[in-house]
Amino acid sequence: MQELTLGAFIAVFEEMFGAWLWWLMVIMIIVVIAAFFTTMIKYKRTDSKSFFWAKIGAPFGGLAAILFIQAITNSGFSDIGGPLDVIVVALIATGGAIATMILAYLAQARWDWSKGNL
Amino acid sequence: MVDIKNIELDRRGFIGLMAGSAALATMGVTTSAHAKKVETSAKIIILGAGAAGATLSNRLSDRLKGAEITILDGRKEHWYQPGFTLIGSGLKPKNYSISQTTDWLPKDINFIPEYAFEVDPESKSLTTASGKKLPYDYLIVAPGLTLDWGKIEGFDLNMVGKEGIAAIYAGPEHAAKSYKALSKFTETGGQGLFSRPATGMKCAGAPLKYTFLTDDIARTKGTRGNMEFTYAAHSKSLFGVPIVHEKVRMLFEDRDINIVHNHVMKAVDHGKKIVTFSTPEGDVERPYDFTHIIPPQRAPDVIINSPLPWADKWVGQGWVEVDKHSLRHNRYPEVFACGDVAGVPKGKTAASVKWMAPVIVDHLVAQIEGKESTASFNGYTSCPLITEVGRAMLVEFDYNNNLTPSFPGVIAPLEELWTSWLMKKIALKPTYNAMLRGKA
Repeated sequence: MQELTLGAFIAVFEEMFGAWLWWLMVIMIIVVIAAFFTTMIKYKRTDSKSFFWAKIGAPFGGLAAILFIQAITNSGFSDIGGPLDVIVVALIATGGAIATMILAYLAQARWDWSKGNL
Repeated sequence: MVDIKNIELDRRGFIGLMAGSAALATMGVTTSAHAKKVETSAKIIILGAGAAGATLSNRLSDRLKGAEITILDGRKEHWYQPGFTLIGSGLKPKNYSISQTTDWLPKDINFIPEYAFEVDPESKSLTTASGKKLPYDYLIVAPGLTLDWGKIEGFDLNMVGKEGIAAIYAGPEHAAKSYKALSKFTETGGQGLFSRPATGMKCAGAPLKYTFLTDDIARTKGTRGNMEFTYAAHSKSLFGVPIVHEKVRMLFEDRDINIVHNHVMKAVDHGKKIVTFSTPEGDVERPYDFTHIIPPQRAPDVIINSPLPWADKWVGQGWVEVDKHSLRHNRYPEVFACGDVAGVPKGKTAASVKWMAPVIVDHLVAQIEGKESTASFNGYTSCPLITEVGRAMLVEFDYNNNLTPSFPGVIAPLEELWTSWLMKKIALKPTYNAMLRGKA
């Protein structure tokens, strides 16, 4: 096998989403992650109370991510055929859960800020 | 400044990017073509602007400065052919596979929207359908192949979608019509009859995929008990790679699909719903309520009528006589062949094009520079062999019938996996498109 290149990966994702949307998504992901850490560090909101809604939302986000992928690929849980599939399902769920947790945390911080609680 | 697009990453580093990496694995992985441009005034003609032609035009345009690159193709539409099985089983609309030929070509080359009428490698020239004569220094032959529908007696493409006849190879329109026939059959039941031609053919996995998909759709509808399936193999084997043949044989047994060997379809009588096969024991008639027709395949007339084909191999099929590793013509060193038309033992898939194109470009550029290239095509072919809606096996192999998994230990080559299905459904088309642009 010849070497993989990052350029080839980027080209595939540009084709998948369209170049503009792909790079917009990359920028948005970076901004959201930066906002998450900035908020967390600035307000030292790492206690379990601050993460309450984020933690509640995470499992739903993980499940939603799996169901979304299944819906767009005409497939379901019965199609899981080997250990790799279980790992891929877990990765998708983890991705969905983390994304939901971050967004829920930021939404809660924004809510608290608007209420003057920060 | 660091060019981040050219940072080579360790394979393990990409495990987290499973979907993208798996997609690249499905079509083989190659480096992107970023090297210092070579200055030349060479006249290069690429005959055909399909998967091979478009990929080559972009890669050559990236590598050469000042070259006069001309590409010919009379077909306005570009077809994403790996999508035909999905269209033919109702999982994608026909537009899924249709784009415009010009969408994929670089701006700095000449595109002539005509077919070629004649190739004369002795005078190093090519004549277009309108009579225009084009001299060349280098020629890359990539016109694809011809589906010889006329060789199936009694068959007409207008029959597709009616009377239980499917023909997904004919194009997106006919693949969509095929689904109508499949859909009706999987409601009413009867005899399902599947086969493949005895000639070299593109994507030898597709006849198997369509059999599996029809079976699975019937099972989902709960009607599988009302029908009998028969796969008529053209030889003693179901697939050219022995280990894949064995796996498919086991799966067919599991799915209650009967197998008959040495059957080559020669005629269809849609009135009586009978298919005639030629076999070593003479002609055999078999009834059908649903059948998938794939005709014999050969090189286009312009190639068959030229001095380019093999004289003693694949007689009558007209594949171009090239060295199987360099893809350079054995008698005309300034001629190369890429894709379906190449006379090599394996490689009539888009995945093969992905590996063939960089080899040809490397040899051609080296020749222009007065150097020699050591680039070699090993016969790499791959196929996400769909075994049901939601699962596929990733099958990759080379000239020696060795399995060549891109991710050994991660993606098992002959395991029915949802992950392989995800690749086919989500990531394969973007990977194909990136290949056309010369970027993957």
